[in-house]
Amino acid sequence: MNEMVKVDRRDAKLALAHIYVAFIALALGGLAGLLQTLVRSGKFELPANISYYTILTTHGVLLGLVLTTFFIIGFQFAAVSRTAGTFSDRVRFWGWVGFWLMTVGTAITAFFILIGQASVLYTFYAPLQAHPGFYLGLTLVVVGSWVSGFAIFAHYARWKKEHPKQVSPLLTFMAVANMILWLVCSLGVAATVLIQLLPWSLGLVDRINVLVSRTLFWYFGHPLVYFWLLPAYMVWYAIVPKIIGGKIFSDSLARLSFILFLFFSIPVGFHHQLMEPGIDPFWKYVQVVLTFMVAIPSLMTAFAMFATFELYGRSKGATGLFGWLRKLPWGDARFFAPFVGMAFFIPAGAGGLVNASHQLDQVVHNTIWITGHFHLTLATTVVLTFFGAAYWLVPHLSGRVMTKAMNRLAIIQTIVWVIGMTFMSGSMHFAGLLGAPRRSAFSTYGNSPQALEWIPYQIAQAVGGTILFIGIILVLIIITNLAFFAPKGETEFPVAEVAEGAERTPLAMENWKLWIGITVALILIAYTIPFIDMIQNAPPGSKGYKLW
Amino acid sequence: MHIHKYEKIWLIFGIGCLFVFLTIIGVSAFAKGNQPPSCLTTIDPEKVDQTPPFNKPGLVKTGDNEYQLNMVAAAFAFTPAQVEIRKGAKVTINITTKDVIHGFEVVGTNINMMVEPGYVNSFTKTFDKTGEYTILCNEYCGAGHHMMTARIKVVD
Repeated sequence: MNEMVKVDRRDAKLALAHIYVAFIALALGGLAGLLQTLVRSGKFELPANISYYTILTTHGVLLGLVLTTFFIIGFQFAAVSRTAGTFSDRVRFWGWVGFWLMTVGTAITAFFILIGQASVLYTFYAPLQAHPGFYLGLTLVVVGSWVSGFAIFAHYARWKKEHPKQVSPLLTFMAVANMILWLVCSLGVAATVLIQLLPWSLGLVDRINVLVSRTLFWYFGHPLVYFWLLPAYMVWYAIVPKIIGGKIFSDSLARLSFILFLFFSIPVGFHHQLMEPGIDPFWKYVQVVLTFMVAIPSLMTAFAMFATFELYGRSKGATGLFGWLRKLPWGDARFFAPFVGMAFFIPAGAGGLVNASHQLDQVVHNTIWITGHFHLTLATTVVLTFFGAAYWLVPHLSGRVMTKAMNRLAIIQTIVWVIGMTFMSGSMHFAGLLGAPRRSAFSTYGNSPQALEWIPYQIAQAVGGTILFIGIILVLIIITNLAFFAPKGETEFPVAEVAEGAERTPLAMENWKLWIGITVALILIAYTIPFIDMIQNAPPGSKGYKLW
Repeated sequence: MHIHKYEKIWLIFGIGCLFVFLTIIGVSAFAKGNQPPSCLTTIDPEKVDQTPPFNKPGLVKTGDNEYQLNMVAAAFAFTPAQVEIRKGAKVTINITTKDVIHGFEVVGTNINMMVEPGYVNSFTKTFDKTGEYTILCNEYCGAGHHMMTARIKVVD
């Protein structure tokens, strides 16, 4: 019990490299976000002819794609190495190959965005046509993540071989499930980039099928958000219980929820395309039904988390209906930050159900309500959980310890984030209901009285954005301290154990062939017929446009 | 697999809610006709100016108090840019684009459509409140995206 299991130093270096890139992306992408909210308040203009949309593309790519992917892969490498043992040299080598592919890809993409050759936003909808280098860079990021995914699979396979008839460690299982999800979904974006966008931007083909390209993008785009969310769930299920001193409520149900995410997070992309021509409403509804199913594993997660908290509180002598809440370690940033993230997922998830409902989506589609929504899900729930994880992960990997002062700063950081996000996301939700569009620079639409009503909300967004930027500066101070300046020492990588008396996890949980088979079947049911329709009834394709 | 009794209650309640929501959406969509805009008509995006009805964008009377509003989106404007509609008129808005993807949103209503090259999108709405409504593009289309706007005036 007293002997601390540590991530091997060489594996730690690999994980840390990913985390450094992630936080550099946070710094730059956060600055871009601050500038956006200031421009949209109507009180500021960008200097030197910098385009709002260049900044917006930078923000989306760096925070939506780079911060997330790098942090997740770094975290998962650490978690797999910690729970399934040190990597072989080969696995570690391929891990570095993945890292460099992703890093070089990011640099190429960022270069073409910053020289103004790719102001196409992070969704890069055709027929807006970016420089081929933009698509090439993104391809390298995705291919790099695949290499890292296969490195994790190889390590998992070796563990299974060395431990016949044993259930794999929970964190390793979850990392494998998340990387399978990522692989299956990123095939869609790889297909549109490699078969459609890249040849078209190079001039090898003249025209592109816009609807097919969008559909492939959203086949990827929704599971992408679950690829972000599942590592947060890994922290909640398998790490937070240890931090508070409790146990995992149920190992099997935790695994089951991850399998359900694998099933239901992919065949749902049409709920991003509800307002779109060329797709029969029947198939939109089929995917709306599947979208709602993905709420089930989140309901299970909510139950498991609060059961863990309550059981722990009662074991410490808490009485009354909510007495256990007082027993939780509120002063520990490793708990506090992820807990706040969890709490924010309640309104965030409810908003998600609104967005996925046909008739309600007609009111909010492409309004800034949507931006408000994913600043709750990704930019609060997921990001605060990642920050909370970084508070022990970074010092564990760097061989340092978090001081009391840094812990206090991390608590303040979390509170700053809550205040900033309440202002920003809250006013985004309200302005969205009044019709304010997302992804648009400041405009009064010819002094339209309706558009003038949005301005107070836009000022509130700038206030919130400024507070959030202070939050980013704080977290960067903490992470830099933990990586380079904190006192040397040993920090625990917390991994929780299953509650006593819980049932043994059935081995059938790891029947990946069956799980992948069901995933593929659901994808085929949801997509085959509408996709054939799109191709058979395709209009003439589109030439590329560079309208920025 | 063992599931705790409370968790069963929680999941039955949660999943039950989801099915109630889905039933409401489904009945509204399929029985009451509140489907999202999903027009399946295609068009050659380079020949919009020659293809009826988009060769003559504007409001066309099609019946007693029924109209068609044919609109064209292109970077960075809607044609026509000003439309006057009688209060109580039932208007079917048809829209297509000559270049990239645009959005068509009438602020303060549930008219919200993606406008994609090669496709016509369509939505029918009865305007029963007078006033001036702002139309705007809500899908990023380039440098002038936030300038892309038009007006609908609903008059007595």
